[in-house]
Parts: sequence; C-alpha cells; structure tokens
Amino acid sequence: MNTMNTAAQDIENNKIIPFPSHFTVQEDKIKDNKTHLKLRILKDRLFKYIVIIFSLLSFLPLLLVLFHITKNGISVINWSFLTELPRPIGEIGGGIYNSLIGSLMLILLSSVISIPLGISAGIYLSETNKGKLSNIINLCIVVLQGTPSIVIGIITYIWVVAPLGGFSALSGGIALSIMMLPVIIKSTEETLKLIPYHLKEASLALGVPYYKTILKVILPTGISGIMTGILLSVARITGETAPLLFTAFGNQFLNYNILKPIDSLPYRIFYYAMSPYPEWHSFAWGASFILVVIVLAFNLIARGVSAKWKVQF
Amino acid sequence: MKTEKDASEKRFKNIILVSGLSVIFLLIAIFLTLTIASVPAIKTFGLGFFISKHWDPSLEKFGALPFLYGTLITSFLALIISIPFSIAISIFLGEYFKNGLLSTFLRSSTEVLAGIPSVIYGLWGLFLLMPVTRHIQTLLGLTPYGVGIFTASLILSIMIIPFSASIGREVVSLIPADLKEAAYSLGATRFEVIKNIIIPYARSGIIAGILLAFGRAIGETMAVTMLIGNSNFLPKSIFSPANTMASVIANEFAESTGIAASSLIYIGLVLFLVTTLVNIAGTYVIKKISLEASKEVT
Amino acid sequence: MFNWFMKFGFFVCIMMVCLFGFNVYAAEGELIGAGATFPQPLYSKMFDIYFQQSKIKINYQGIGSGGGINQLIKKTVDFAGTDAYMTEKELKEAGSSVLHIPTCLGAVVVTYNLPGNPKLKLTPDVISDIFLGKVKKWNDPKIQSINKDVKLPDLGITVVRRADGSGTTYIFSEYLTKVSKEWKEKMGTGKSLNWPEGFIGQKGNPGISGYIKQTQGAIGYVELLYALQNNMAFASIKNKSGNFIEPTPKTVSNAAKIKIPADTNVSLTDTDAKDGYPISSFTWLIFYKEQNYGGRTKQRAEALAKLLLWIVTDGQRYVEPLQYSPLPKEASDIAQKIVKSMTYNGKQILN
Repeated sequence: MNTMNTAAQDIENNKIIPFPSHFTVQEDKIKDNKTHLKLRILKDRLFKYIVIIFSLLSFLPLLLVLFHITKNGISVINWSFLTELPRPIGEIGGGIYNSLIGSLMLILLSSVISIPLGISAGIYLSETNKGKLSNIINLCIVVLQGTPSIVIGIITYIWVVAPLGGFSALSGGIALSIMMLPVIIKSTEETLKLIPYHLKEASLALGVPYYKTILKVILPTGISGIMTGILLSVARITGETAPLLFTAFGNQFLNYNILKPIDSLPYRIFYYAMSPYPEWHSFAWGASFILVVIVLAFNLIARGVSAKWKVQF
Repeated sequence: MKTEKDASEKRFKNIILVSGLSVIFLLIAIFLTLTIASVPAIKTFGLGFFISKHWDPSLEKFGALPFLYGTLITSFLALIISIPFSIAISIFLGEYFKNGLLSTFLRSSTEVLAGIPSVIYGLWGLFLLMPVTRHIQTLLGLTPYGVGIFTASLILSIMIIPFSASIGREVVSLIPADLKEAAYSLGATRFEVIKNIIIPYARSGIIAGILLAFGRAIGETMAVTMLIGNSNFLPKSIFSPANTMASVIANEFAESTGIAASSLIYIGLVLFLVTTLVNIAGTYVIKKISLEASKEVT
Repeated sequence: MFNWFMKFGFFVCIMMVCLFGFNVYAAEGELIGAGATFPQPLYSKMFDIYFQQSKIKINYQGIGSGGGINQLIKKTVDFAGTDAYMTEKELKEAGSSVLHIPTCLGAVVVTYNLPGNPKLKLTPDVISDIFLGKVKKWNDPKIQSINKDVKLPDLGITVVRRADGSGTTYIFSEYLTKVSKEWKEKMGTGKSLNWPEGFIGQKGNPGISGYIKQTQGAIGYVELLYALQNNMAFASIKNKSGNFIEPTPKTVSNAAKIKIPADTNVSLTDTDAKDGYPISSFTWLIFYKEQNYGGRTKQRAEALAKLLLWIVTDGQRYVEPLQYSPLPKEASDIAQKIVKSMTYNGKQILN
C-alpha cells in the first residue's frame, strides 16, 4: 500500500504548502476567515432571533393583561352594572354608576381648569422666541410632568382639602388638572410652532388684531394637535388613582356637588380589588374593562383627530 | 399713537405671559409647600431621617431608610428586568422592522402598554402574578407571602418597558444611513453594524430612555402599593414584603397627624426631588441628542 | 377677545350652576362619615335602609379608626367610627367636646387559612406567642398540644396585621395586654403597633380577610362578620374562667353584662363572664357635642342627631342578622341620652 499521498492530497491536508512562506499565512487566514465568517453569520442570525423573541415576549404581558380583563370583566357588564349604585357590603348586585358619573365629572372639572390655562401657556411659548424665560418654563413643564402623582395628591390635600375642611370633587379635579397641564402646554406649543409664519403674517397684514389672529386664525388651524394633546392627557388622568386617594375620597352615592366627595372608576377598582369579596373582585374586573376601553378609545380618537383634522400646508 | 388694537394686543400678551409664568409659580409653590410642611420632621429628625430604619407611629419615631431601600431596589430590579426587552424593541422597531404591519402592531401595543392605568396593573398582579410568586416561594421552601419586592418589581418592569423602548426606537431609527452603509460596504454583518455602530451612537438615547423609565418607576404608586406587602421594615430578601416611598405615603397619609404627617411629606419632598433630578437628566440627554441630530442634517 | 372670554366664562357658569343646581335638593341631605371597618358592613346596611326611609345619603368610608378620629379632629367629616375610645391626647387635640355613643357589639376573631379549615382552640399565651412572632410553624407543639384532634401541617405561619391605624388592632392588643405580661412589655395597646419583622400589613378588615383567604398558612385578626362572610375558619379562645368560647353574637352579648359608665368608656375584653367571648368590644360613633362649627347649618346638625338616634333605637333591628350583637338596653338608654345632649349654639337639638 502506498502510504505516500499525492501532492494534491498533501496540499488538501495542509501538509505541503506549495507556495512561498508568506503565503502560508494567507492560507491560514483564509481558512480562519471562512470559519470566522461562518461564526459572524451565526452570531448575526442568532442576534436577530434573540431580538425578535425578546420583542415579541415583551408583547406577552400586554396580551395577558388584556385577555384577563376581557375574560373576567366582560361577563360582569350588563345594564344594571352600568346604571346601579353599589349595594351594602356583602350584598349581591349593584353597579358602578356612581363611579362612571364621578369619573366624568372629574374629567370635566380638570379640563375646565387645565385647558384654558394650558393652551394659553402653550401660545405664550410658541409665540415667544427662545429666551431665558421660555427655557425656565420648559424646564418647569418637564419637572411637572415627571412629578409622581402621589406627591400631587399631597399638595392638593394641603392646598384644597385642608382649607375647605373636607374632601371634594373640586380638590380631585384640581389635582388632575395639574397633571393634565404639561401635556396640553407641550402639544399646543409644538402644534402652533409648526404652523407656517406666513399665515400669521397674512392675517396681521390684513389688519386683524393680534389676539384675534391667534385665537381665530392660528388656534383653529392647529386644532388637531391641540385636541390630540387634550385627549391624550384626559386618557391619562381617567386612570389615575393616587391623587384622588386623599382628595376625592370616594362616595358610594351619586354626587353632582363639586364640594362633596366623589367616586371614580379607578378608585372603585382599587377599593374592590383590595376587598375579600369575590363579587367585588369580579366588579373590579368589569370596571377595569370599562376603564381600559375608555382609555383606549381616547387614545384612538386622539390619533384619529391628529390624522383627520390636520391642516396640511 | 396708541390704538385700541395696540391695547388689546398688550392685554392678550399679558394674559398669555401670566399663563406661562403660572407654570413656574405652580412648581415653586409645590416645592415650597412640600418643604414647609416637612419642616417639623426635618427639625426633629434632620438628615439622619434617611439612615434611620425605625418607622414607629406609636413611639412617634420615624426613619425612612426602609422606604428608600424599597424604592431603589424595586426600581433597579424593574430596570434590570426591562432593559433587555426595551433594547430589543428599540432595535426591532428602529432597525429590523422599521415599517410594515408587524412594526405598526408592535408599536401600537407598546403604546397601549403605556396607557393602561396603574391600578389595573395592580389588579392583574393581585390575581395573576401573586399566585405565581406564591408558587415560586413554595418551591423554594419560603413562606408563600405572594406580595413583596419580587412581585412589585415584576409588575413595575412591565410598566416601564414602553418608556425606554419608545425613546430607544427613536434614536436607533435616527442613525444616519451613510454611517451604516459605510459599515455594510466594508463587509459587516447586521449584528456587527448594530453592535459597533448603532449602539454606541444611540447610547445616549438609550441611557436617556432608561433614566426616564427609572424616574417613572420611582414614582409609581398604585400597582406597587397593591403588591408590595406593606412592611415598614428593611426587606431582608427579594421575597420579603416591603414599602416604597410612594406606597407608604399612599397607605398612611390619610390618617396621619402631626409629626407622622410631616414625616410622610418629608418623604414626598425627597421623592419629588429625586424624580425631578432623574427627569431633568434624561431630558437633558435627549436634548443634546436632538441638537446633534439636527446638526447632522444641516 | 372679551367676546371669546365672555362666551367661555358663560359656559363655565352654566356648568357650575348645573353642578350645584342638581344638588340643591340634596345639599343638606348628605352626611359624611369615616373610620372603623370593624362595623362597616353593619353601617353600610343601616345607611342604605336609612337612605330609603329618609332620603338622606350617608357617605361612610372605611379608612380605619385612626383615620376616622383624625378626620373628625380635622373637622372634615360629620362623624367618625372608631373601635378605640379616643385617648386623652386625641380628645385634647379635638378642642371642643367630643361625644361617643356605642352602636353595637362585635367580636375580634383570630382567623386563619389552613387546609380543611379546621376549627382550632387557642389560649391567650399561644395567641401572644404567634403574634409576637415566637411561634413560627403551625405544627408547633404549643398549638398542637391544645388541638389534639387536628393534624396540623408543617407550614410556616404568615401573620397579617393592620397597616392602618385600627380600632380592631386596639381591641386585640388591649386583650393581649391584659392576658400576657410579655405582650404588655413588648407591644402594649394601641391602634398602631411596633409589629415584629416579617408580618404582612393590609388595610382595613377587608384587606386582612382578603389576604388570608388567598394565602395558605396565614393568620390574622378580624371582626367576626368578615370571617363568616368569607367562609373562613376562626378559633375558639380560652376565656378568664377557663372555658373555650366560640365567638357568636350570644357569647359577645354575654361579655357585655357589666355596668356601663355615662361616657360609655368601657372595655369588654378578657371578660369575667363565664360564657363570654374574651375579645368582645363595643364600637363607637364620635361627633362634636356643639354642632355649630365650620359653617355647619342647624339643618345638618339635626340630620346628624336624628341619624344617630335612629342607629341606637330603630336601627338596632338590623344588627343581629349581620351577626353583630345589639346594644344592651342600658347602653342604648345612655346613648340616647348622649345624643339628646347635642347642642346647636348651646341649644338642645332634639328633645
């Protein structure tokens, strides 16, 4: 048997290098590069799969939350659930009508306070050139937006509840309006800034007073962005509980008086969730379903408004 | 010559100026109120308030270390758990799937995640996370509390993913195409482009997103209050019940008087300052990035 | 521009008028109360009935006895509910005279979650040891030895206590202070205690019952009705006379067979009665004697007085169906007298 390989075989097996030595380094490198390349491609593919998996995984909690809310909540919802008041502890039946009306009233109250103020401040920021004051105001807005809602609850307690001598829808509304302000100001400012200058110029050139220009020409043009901001901030505060804990207080009766305590959807959910009664737990799911639907609806409408009402230039 | 128009313009300008200023006044008022109401506690306990671990209403002796600890641990844990996910989403949406059905789907669901109220997360956590934690605790041979740092951190991590993800996605998608193309033309794989070009470039944006998510986690109240176990002691392990600065205020403020109320407001003051700092830092970083990005465009 | 403002301001005014106007009828027809969760199921029922009869809404929030007393002192509520008689300090803080009337009797039971829901017997010493954190497992010989007919599992004890200032805690701790020297030294009596580490805190009686119901091995103290409504097991406790007494409305009433002072400040725990349940207690509603404060109207004061009178007379018929014990005649008589001593501008409100 011929134990000697052919030259070709030897080259294949890397035993004989038929070229000058400096090329041997290349040969090794080419081989290395081949495996190296395979490794790199592998890493690339692996990474892609990891990213996809993690992204889709992060979608999982949302699925679960929505699933459970729907599953547990939808069976509870019927006409009496939506239109009746809560029954005494331990009794079956009743509904969350007081919480629905309460949430509605709180939204109205806080909007009445925050929308005029917010749009005004937004106009100021968009109409003023960059300066120290604008920067400070912007900084304050950032800080305000990041303030924990429980701190706002404390503040409102000290400012409104203590002096008024009692809990009230008004104090709840004030707390929520503080939380709505930053978003409304920012969206107003940004929307107005995007409106081309020539619109304002044309109006002023025609002799329209400045304030009318802003209020009747510029603002309506930017209405889509402003409405989006308002709707988004309403969506946010509809679900807020913490600032209402020591302001609105809760009320198992229907209440239209803003100087009295008032109930709200998130507060009711909290109260029922922490109770031992299975009946109340299912009510909490039902109320959560409604709350989520409302919040999502506001978000969707906000997007719709933003798209449909947008004035193109 | 003063005309009616000038007068009305001046009036209007004053009104909007006052509105703008009112924001500043509001913030100053918040800070002052918190500080003044904390004075009794500050006078009694001073800065040692935050190193003392005794919270004893009956003895009127208050120390906030357990809550500081609880806040930091839950927030850090939540961050650690959520970072891989938010970075993954940032890259997924910013690089791999910038457009298309899947992208819109994931982007919308991230927004929905952010919009779900905190109390609903708490409710869900009560009935769906707690049994899981109990199960784990039983397997590990621990008392099946269900509530505690572990459960609270889990729900927090789910809640803060959207915050860091959306900012991360923005920065990743804003990376100049020519940088990436240069790398591709040199033979880099997508992973290598991401690792060596995109991540370093987007680093500050990702950090800003993390900072803002952290700020959110620190101040989060309802879901945490419902799942953390209300223990005013320094938690011994990840499965111990605890309290955060936000949850102890939620639990005890309504019925506190005197020095107890002042101590809680003192905690609120510190919470306010910490979240302010973190948010300013995050916003500052984002500002810097957008400045640089706009420079690139021009 | 003023046109714009006018229109807007007009709109705001209309809304405010609507908001206020809706409530013109009910403006005085609403009373606000807060406090103890111990009697809350009963109050909830009573206020519902009272509303149907008199159209007066009573908004009562269960924030714990501590919270109730606090809000009454701050004058943000019309009345408060507490299972702990106000302390000297609190009475002083209130400024003007605060009256207490008992509304019913209840029992603080030791409830727990064990497989099979066995009925356990407990002695004061064992209870003290469990709630001091000294006995950590269910099959500890201290518990097993007094419950020879039950096989207790090798399960850790999770103690749940009140996170808020609680009258229920007060009653429970007052009992333990009387029967255990160690408890008296280490914990004492109070609405908020310096609990040992590792205990879970929950808000209100509902919070504790809710948690125990879901957690195997948990133990806590709640008012009897909460345990009954949730089908939870609770212990028979050895009383002063040496008998193991099960908490029922009857045994609670037995514990109340003592003289009641004019200000109704009396404790029923660790009763001498042979067949009395040892952790029984009155629960009170508290309110100011002189009702003209903070702009309150005479109408409002009258409404409050009428409500309070009803609670201790006609309202008592709703007590037993909910497993609370009605006021003994002596207590009801004293309570009526106290309500009739309420004044508005110095003049008696009811006669």
